[in-house]
Amino acid sequence: MREPDPFNEGLDAAKARKMRSLMIVLGLLAFIVLIFVVTLIKLSANLPHVVPQTS
Amino acid sequence: MTEASLSDLSPVHAQPALWSDYVALLKPRVMSLVVFTGLTGLVCADTPMNPVMAAIAVLCIAVGAGASGALNMAYDGDIDARMRRTRARPVAAGRIKAGEAAAFGVVLSLFSVMLMGLAVNLLAAGLLLFTILFYAVVYTMGLKRRTPQNIVIGGAAGALPPVIGWAAATGHAPLDAWLLFAIIFMWTPPHFWALALNTGEDYARAGVPMMPVVKGARSTRLQILIYSLILVPLATAPVFTRLGHMLYAAVAFGGGAAFLILAFRLYRSRAGERAEAGPDGLYSVKPGAKEARDLFAYSILYLTLLFAALLAEHAGGLLR
Repeated sequence: MREPDPFNEGLDAAKARKMRSLMIVLGLLAFIVLIFVVTLIKLSANLPHVVPQTS
Repeated sequence: MTEASLSDLSPVHAQPALWSDYVALLKPRVMSLVVFTGLTGLVCADTPMNPVMAAIAVLCIAVGAGASGALNMAYDGDIDARMRRTRARPVAAGRIKAGEAAAFGVVLSLFSVMLMGLAVNLLAAGLLLFTILFYAVVYTMGLKRRTPQNIVIGGAAGALPPVIGWAAATGHAPLDAWLLFAIIFMWTPPHFWALALNTGEDYARAGVPMMPVVKGARSTRLQILIYSLILVPLATAPVFTRLGHMLYAAVAFGGGAAFLILAFRLYRSRAGERAEAGPDGLYSVKPGAKEARDLFAYSILYLTLLFAALLAEHAGGLLR
């Protein structure tokens, strides 16, 4: 079965575009994960100031 | 009409942009040196830092450096296409449009600076933004096509990563951080001009006023020697500020002596001068090509060893 070519751009170009799109998705996902991790680290760094010490 | 004949009529692009072309826009080899020096600055600060935050700081420096490379290639596509060393780059070869490369560079710049500001601190983010703007606007758009001092002044952008790394770890940039900046800054002219001596014709064809093109080979060789005479003592300075220890001292003094020998050998050569016909008149011999190539290759090794020594001493507490 042939690969779909909705933009009539040629199969090689369509394949290359798909790979570029995939890389953009992965890059954006990585950025979201990074922001999430940074938020967790920042929040956990502030925890000792929020939660009273019990000793 | 059959499916096969339909595909025959479709406009097939000769070379569609691959994702690897976008990686090439980031100048990975330059990026690796930037990451290395930035990491060294961060480690030399000797300040405890969350390892994830440290990794994010280095990532931001890497992406910022890559963004600068993309902006540089977007603007310099016409020059790159005329030079053998750079004509295969994605914009020069026509695989990526200049506008797309510029957009890619701007987006990555924004992401890297924003993440550095949110995750690390504002000084590191500000220095990263300054570095990107300095490389893309001051060097690429301003200096490169106008003055033979282009890589001297523009070298400031390549010298800033250790300061950014230091600022990321501590929130400030002390004298030792600027000492690392100064070492890379003074290293840049001998490094690039040693390369330019062998590629002067390319730069002339592209209309880039590199030092060998404007002032000639002899003047360039003399300036390489002068910068080397400043660089080598400067590279020993961290020993006296106690930033570098025994291993660093060995590299700075021993490696520095070798640098000076190669710079002096290059000065005495005829590197960058017109090629001569061989004995049988069938081929041309480029005088001094080896001397220039040797200094260029050694300059990379020298800077790598200097920063590797600092990294080893501060990361592993070696020989302290």
